Amino acid sequence: MNILVCLKQVPDTETKIKINSTLAAIESSGIKWVMNPYDEFAVEEALKLRDKLSDGSKVLVYTLGPKARAVEVLRTALAMGADDAVLIDAPENLDPNSVAKALSVALKKESDVGVVFTGKQAIDDDCSQVSQLLAEFLGFRHATVVIKCELGSDKNHFLVEREVEGGSKEIIQIQKPAVIGAQKGLNTPRYASLPGIMKAKKKEIKEIPLSSLGVSDTDKKINFKNFQLPPERPQAKIFEGDVAANSVQLVKLLREEAKVI
Amino acid sequence: MAQILVYLEHNNGQIKKTSLELLTAAKKSGLDFCAAALGKGAKELASTASAYGAKELLTSTADVFNTYNSEAYTQWFGQVIKAKKPQILLATANLTGKDLFPRVAGRVNGGVATDCTSLELSASSVKVRRPVYSAKASVEVEFQNCDVKIILMRPNALEIKNETSAASPATVSEVALEPIDLKTIVKDVVKGASSKVDLTEASIIVSGGRGMKGPENFKLLEDLASVLGASVGASRAVVDAGWVGHDMQVGQTGKTVSPNLYIACGISGAIQHLAGMSSSKVIVAINKDKDAPIFQKATYGIVGDALEILPLLTEEFKKLLH
Repeated sequence: MNILVCLKQVPDTETKIKINSTLAAIESSGIKWVMNPYDEFAVEEALKLRDKLSDGSKVLVYTLGPKARAVEVLRTALAMGADDAVLIDAPENLDPNSVAKALSVALKKESDVGVVFTGKQAIDDDCSQVSQLLAEFLGFRHATVVIKCELGSDKNHFLVEREVEGGSKEIIQIQKPAVIGAQKGLNTPRYASLPGIMKAKKKEIKEIPLSSLGVSDTDKKINFKNFQLPPERPQAKIFEGDVAANSVQLVKLLREEAKVI
Repeated sequence: MAQILVYLEHNNGQIKKTSLELLTAAKKSGLDFCAAALGKGAKELASTASAYGAKELLTSTADVFNTYNSEAYTQWFGQVIKAKKPQILLATANLTGKDLFPRVAGRVNGGVATDCTSLELSASSVKVRRPVYSAKASVEVEFQNCDVKIILMRPNALEIKNETSAASPATVSEVALEPIDLKTIVKDVVKGASSKVDLTEASIIVSGGRGMKGPENFKLLEDLASVLGASVGASRAVVDAGWVGHDMQVGQTGKTVSPNLYIACGISGAIQHLAGMSSSKVIVAINKDKDAPIFQKATYGIVGDALEILPLLTEEFKKLLH
């Protein structure tokens, strides 16, 4: 079967966010772009499944974004061991519905898709929507925040574990094909090997223009505006010296000044 | 036709606090609204929904709704939205809400704003804000081209005003799930080791980092947490070191939290940790290094060893609270 992975390139977690002058986006200069951390788990799970099946199944990675930078996230996945990569060349900041629609139209052209892995959310807009929307548009089942994923012995369903509130876990059986949203803990993503990196550099990447996927302006359901940085916090009261006296003082302040206890 | 549909969550008929936050907001808007609740005990929410002014409570108490099933829930909400045509749907941005409602939106031509932290609802406008980049920034969400605006609110983001007496009782309407061949089966729900509130819903969090020296010392955090009724969190460094499970991680690749009080013990304050907790109302930092970045975000700080200070705080809070 074909094992698909949808990837997103996001600013590195160390990025200091600045708002641009239009207030409609962040300042994009100086950003170091990386694979969305949750997508690393998605790639790893796809590779593990392929290797376990070892029946000619292939891992195919997709991304959607501006070609000039987004191609790098595909190279990273190829270097980790993915077989083929497809880039949907698209402008910055499409909304989740438009992204899911574009991906669904492209993915429908792939044959024998058993599973699509994604991250449970991207750490830029933090929307947590594309996986579920993609599943809906493809008519697949879905599970998000997945920490364990096993293909059943009949190869027709997945047994997945997902996190729910309060540290509890749900164990769900879902019939193939499915969209799985990976959570940290699903696996330990591998590092790309040097030969893998060399091979990935030479690999041809298929490109699809967004315009060929029938996505229009009316697919945009949400728009972000009026970006703001969090309000500055007032100067902290810091106590040094006698820790016993300071502990008593802190408890008093939390009760009487901050009124949170 | 109601203008708002509020999804209420409950444990066997006991309404969740987050759902009271949504009902308070719906009532405050002055718009017509109805409520929805599913599973065993759902009908018991009628009196609470009525007290806030809901016109109708839509339910199904079919067995399939006793645990969350994405296919059955999506279909049911699809049916209800198509029949009632609400302009706005309010629900909680927890793991269930975020799994379910984006899919529902795909079915009914909706738009979704997840993890909203502020909401202004009136007859003339809907104004919501939500964090992006793990709360390193926030944005206003504008809905476009959609038949229903789905707003998922973060727990603790809205106030609760208690309402007990109803002017008129809400009609309880059973909406039967249309036949469906379920390909998703929930086999089991394994309860977490602790009965504590999830970090994202907790009003007090005691969190530990490298300065705790080892997993055995997390007991000190547990002790303080149990006196305060708090939940325990952790930094990425100690989760990656395998001291505690990743469900306790606070920060950009863990949970974004906004409790009333966040006590950071032995956490230096890497940017990705600060992103996940800096919207907490009051932050206490305890760290040996007085130049640690965590002190920049703190409301109060003690310079010193968390292992020494934690038992002192636990004793002092015990005296105060018991």
